[in-house]
Amino acid sequence: MLYNEPSPLEVRLLTRRFGLPNSASIETYLATEGYVAFRKALQMSPEQIIEEVKISNLRGRGGAGFPTGLKWSFVPRQSPKPKFVVVNADEGEPGTCKDRVLMENDPHQLLEGMLIAGLAVGAHTGYIYIRGEYRYLIEIMDRAIEEAYQHGYLGKNILGSGFDFDVYTHTGAGSYECGEESALLESLEGKRGIPRIRPPFPAVVGAFQCPTVLNNVETFCAIPAIIRDGGAAFAALGTPKNGGTRLFAISGHVNRPGVYELPMGFNLLRMIHEVAGGIRNGKKLKAVIPGGTSCPVLKAEECDIPMDFDSLARAKSMLGSGGVIVMDEDTCMVKVALRIMKFYAHESCGWCVPCREGTLWLKKLLTRFHEGQGRRSEIDLIGGLARNMLGRTFCPLGDAAAMPTISLVEKFYEEFEAHLDGKPCPYEIKTAVRV
Amino acid sequence: MADRVKLQIDGKTVEAPAGALLINVARQAGIDIPAFCYYDGLALQAACRMCLVEVEKAPKLLAACTLPVTDGMVVRTETAQVREARKAMLEFLLTNHPLDCPVCDKGGECELQDAVFRYGAGESRFTEEKLHVPEAQWSPVVYYDAPRCILCYRCVRICDEGLGVRALGVVNRGATTEIAPNRGDHLECDECGMCIDICPVGALTSGIYRYKTRPWEMKHVGTICTHCGDGCKTTLGVYGGQIIRGNNRDRSGINDEFLCIKGRYAFDFVHHPDRLRTPLVRRNGQLVETSWAEALDLVARKFSEVKARGRKFGVIGSNRTTNEENYVLQTFVRQGLGTNNLDHHRTGDVVSLVAALAGRQGALAASADLYQRKAALIVAADLAQQHPLLAFLLRANWRHHQARVYVVTPGPVREDSYAVRSVRAPSGEELAAVESLRDALAAEPELVILFGDSVKGERVRRLVEFGDSLGISVQYVCLLDYSNSRGAADMGVLPDLLPGYAPVEASGAPPGLTLPEMLDAPDLDVLWVIGANPLARRALTSKEAFVVVQDLFLTETAARADVILPAASAYEKTGTVTNTCGEVQRLRKAVEIPGTKSDLEIFGLLARRMGLPFGPWRPEEVWEEIRANVSGYNVPSALLAAGGAFPTFPASGLHSVRPKPELIRSAGDTLFTSGTLGRYCKTLSSVREAPGTLYRS
Repeated sequence: MLYNEPSPLEVRLLTRRFGLPNSASIETYLATEGYVAFRKALQMSPEQIIEEVKISNLRGRGGAGFPTGLKWSFVPRQSPKPKFVVVNADEGEPGTCKDRVLMENDPHQLLEGMLIAGLAVGAHTGYIYIRGEYRYLIEIMDRAIEEAYQHGYLGKNILGSGFDFDVYTHTGAGSYECGEESALLESLEGKRGIPRIRPPFPAVVGAFQCPTVLNNVETFCAIPAIIRDGGAAFAALGTPKNGGTRLFAISGHVNRPGVYELPMGFNLLRMIHEVAGGIRNGKKLKAVIPGGTSCPVLKAEECDIPMDFDSLARAKSMLGSGGVIVMDEDTCMVKVALRIMKFYAHESCGWCVPCREGTLWLKKLLTRFHEGQGRRSEIDLIGGLARNMLGRTFCPLGDAAAMPTISLVEKFYEEFEAHLDGKPCPYEIKTAVRV
Repeated sequence: MADRVKLQIDGKTVEAPAGALLINVARQAGIDIPAFCYYDGLALQAACRMCLVEVEKAPKLLAACTLPVTDGMVVRTETAQVREARKAMLEFLLTNHPLDCPVCDKGGECELQDAVFRYGAGESRFTEEKLHVPEAQWSPVVYYDAPRCILCYRCVRICDEGLGVRALGVVNRGATTEIAPNRGDHLECDECGMCIDICPVGALTSGIYRYKTRPWEMKHVGTICTHCGDGCKTTLGVYGGQIIRGNNRDRSGINDEFLCIKGRYAFDFVHHPDRLRTPLVRRNGQLVETSWAEALDLVARKFSEVKARGRKFGVIGSNRTTNEENYVLQTFVRQGLGTNNLDHHRTGDVVSLVAALAGRQGALAASADLYQRKAALIVAADLAQQHPLLAFLLRANWRHHQARVYVVTPGPVREDSYAVRSVRAPSGEELAAVESLRDALAAEPELVILFGDSVKGERVRRLVEFGDSLGISVQYVCLLDYSNSRGAADMGVLPDLLPGYAPVEASGAPPGLTLPEMLDAPDLDVLWVIGANPLARRALTSKEAFVVVQDLFLTETAARADVILPAASAYEKTGTVTNTCGEVQRLRKAVEIPGTKSDLEIFGLLARRMGLPFGPWRPEEVWEEIRANVSGYNVPSALLAAGGAFPTFPASGLHSVRPKPELIRSAGDTLFTSGTLGRYCKTLSSVREAPGTLYRS
């Protein structure tokens, strides 16, 4: 089991069944208020369900933080086309591993969330798009789906309600880009994983050209709690406009890395020091990437901040997918920039010019730079190239590559200077992991 | 969408239909927004990011190619920010581009080069190693140089959406993304070269033209393709007296930029080593070279002698010679030789169609109708193979206007893939199948019926009756094989009809012999064949006949000749031709092959030697005569001279014709054959798809 020892500071709502014996089984699920929310939702009108989700202030847990209730309300219920519920389980953002523990430990919670979404928008089919690398999770999900059919929570006329719902798993083929919702839909349809021109958005034209609710695993997993306990109770856990709890995947140079469920707005410094046990080896904190590698980096002195979408936006960073990457004083920030750019150059789908060419150029430039072969003028070139990509690419992948790069050059300019003139990397001997 | 909106682009107030794309609205207002991936008529991509513009109230630059215009929108297309963004895109594009412009075929007409000049992105800050992969040859026609490729996906879309061939795709990801052919390492496709010419850079180049010259060193001659009956305009690139390229990038002509392999690459027969360049006469059973004067004298003497003795001539005209030549030929034969024994290889029964329509105006569809009318019915033709332009236009009509297409053919055709209904009917039995579509067709608002050679004689009349009985507007296209098949009939290269389909009886003379009747006549004294090869399929009965052949090559017919006069091809002369839809267009002379003469010039020289009271002729003068005398041909000469296509409407047909269905037979050419001429086109025979088969879609 990947899940770490829980912290007493956690508020365990989505992770409440983690650690129970056979937590993934439907028996455990049913014994712990499983499918209660779905039974309740069966008695509610679609408008009531969506209203409750709106009240909960639940915002998309994939990274963009779009209000979920609002997103669902965009689905044209009157459309004669079939509607679909699609789960984005293509968890690929570096530093993020929350969806995997949710599916591994409590797959029925996800299925229940999908069922409620199906009721809300009038969908009868759900797809769980799971990244190919999570092969073992496909088995877990398939087993849960099988159990749900056996117990009458999936299939025709569920619980005698007249509501039909089928769920299928679909595996990705290894592309980070397929976590972008429109590229995911292309891939789901069996095409190249390339994003679509938007608008129209998936709510209106989604899977197979039909209206589609597409949300992250964690978003769906929050739905049963919201319906069961009421949207207001969920909202009250977080900060204004940022309802509920969040699974933070804390990684890097901390003593107790792991996935922790904390209320929205939990202070980042407390998260590092009190939840994750502080910086390892007694080192000092240098920087944090607060929500997966697409987010601009925060310097140590910027880390006294509530972890919610709006506070981080004010700090010119993002909450993103909740992947908190902690870096200590021995971290070479040029190497961080290089490592991040290697990832995006590898994952660029190649569709549009600035992302395809920009990420590769930056990767080569940063590689050379880190080897001490950089020129002074090229420090600005790194930031400049990233700015030339920013906001101009076809999909957000270009932005995801540009934003951390811009912030790293801005905030750690002197580290780039320290690599000039053939000098060896000042951190090389201290850094354990090679790029 | 009918609502109109007002917006401001670069300070200019522009009105446009709501929902129109900004890039189009701007271009129509004379403001050029650059783009590589955006291409009129093809699916949107938004991949090249060159069309980014500033839109008031938008937080960032927006791609004009996918932005629908809205009322009150304020757009700026050339601000410092926009120019800087475009320069940045070009800098990105050039990072892995080889910059081998000096040896690139596209240099000088490259859209990337133009954009780099426009935005001053010539100097790069890129000092890393470039990606490189070797060039690949996909077919004798298509070469792909991946490093030059900017991934605009135009080639993929034109092949997929435009042609329905789907021979190209995309492989790999990120910066190593490439275009790839359908068979992994090679292409099996129409070999039309649309992908090559639509490529904005030199990534796709043609095996025919590559490395031959630079674009600015060529003379560009816009003329009409001499192969099938569709009448595409092809712009021939001439360098050093040789045709080395064909395309239609200026999008003029009825075909816009469409050309098939024949229009784009099958010009090489012009310079074929077997081309006849000297007159030949038979001496002691052998064909030997001689001078033009001697050969012409011999022919004139023989013609005059046979005419004086009142003996029998047989004259066979061509499907590829110009209207002027055909018109003069029938004048020469009827007035100069005093006979109606004049015919040509009839590839479709246009005579019966003209008769059945009885002069009704507007009942013949122009090529543009195939793109505009709401419905079409294809009877007995493999359109994609035999009439690639008409097939392209019909498919575009379906893509852009959801045209409803019905198919009645003996076997599968490419049009099946999007047809509303496809019915299989054996050749000659198509009309019963057409009848079975009656209710569906009658429910259409309008219809174009295209029919092939098995609908002939009485069946044409019945098809027109069927069309009339539908109660909707119906137009017809009689499908004919070659570039001037229609013109040969219109100009009266027929034993029983004068130019404009007037019966010869009106002139007091009886109809002459038909083509097979001439070949079968035991007492034929002279067989004069101009640009045709009848002896390839039927023997000449009269052993004594004096055979004169005007042709480009030593065909089966020429091999039997007593005198061979080396003729100029359509690419070597001026004049007009009429396509299968009845649209007349002008040929322009691209090159001259020393030793050959145009058929018109040959007629003039013969007339003078025979002392006949006409000739020599100049094409322009003959054209004016045609305009004055041939029903339906009084079209504006100025439009024609400017490269326009003008529909002709033969008004005659009020008389009863004697249908001769036994004479109607299409040669059944595919995309990769073109009658006798096709045998001398190396490009056609070099592709693995050649010679191709009909009805095997």
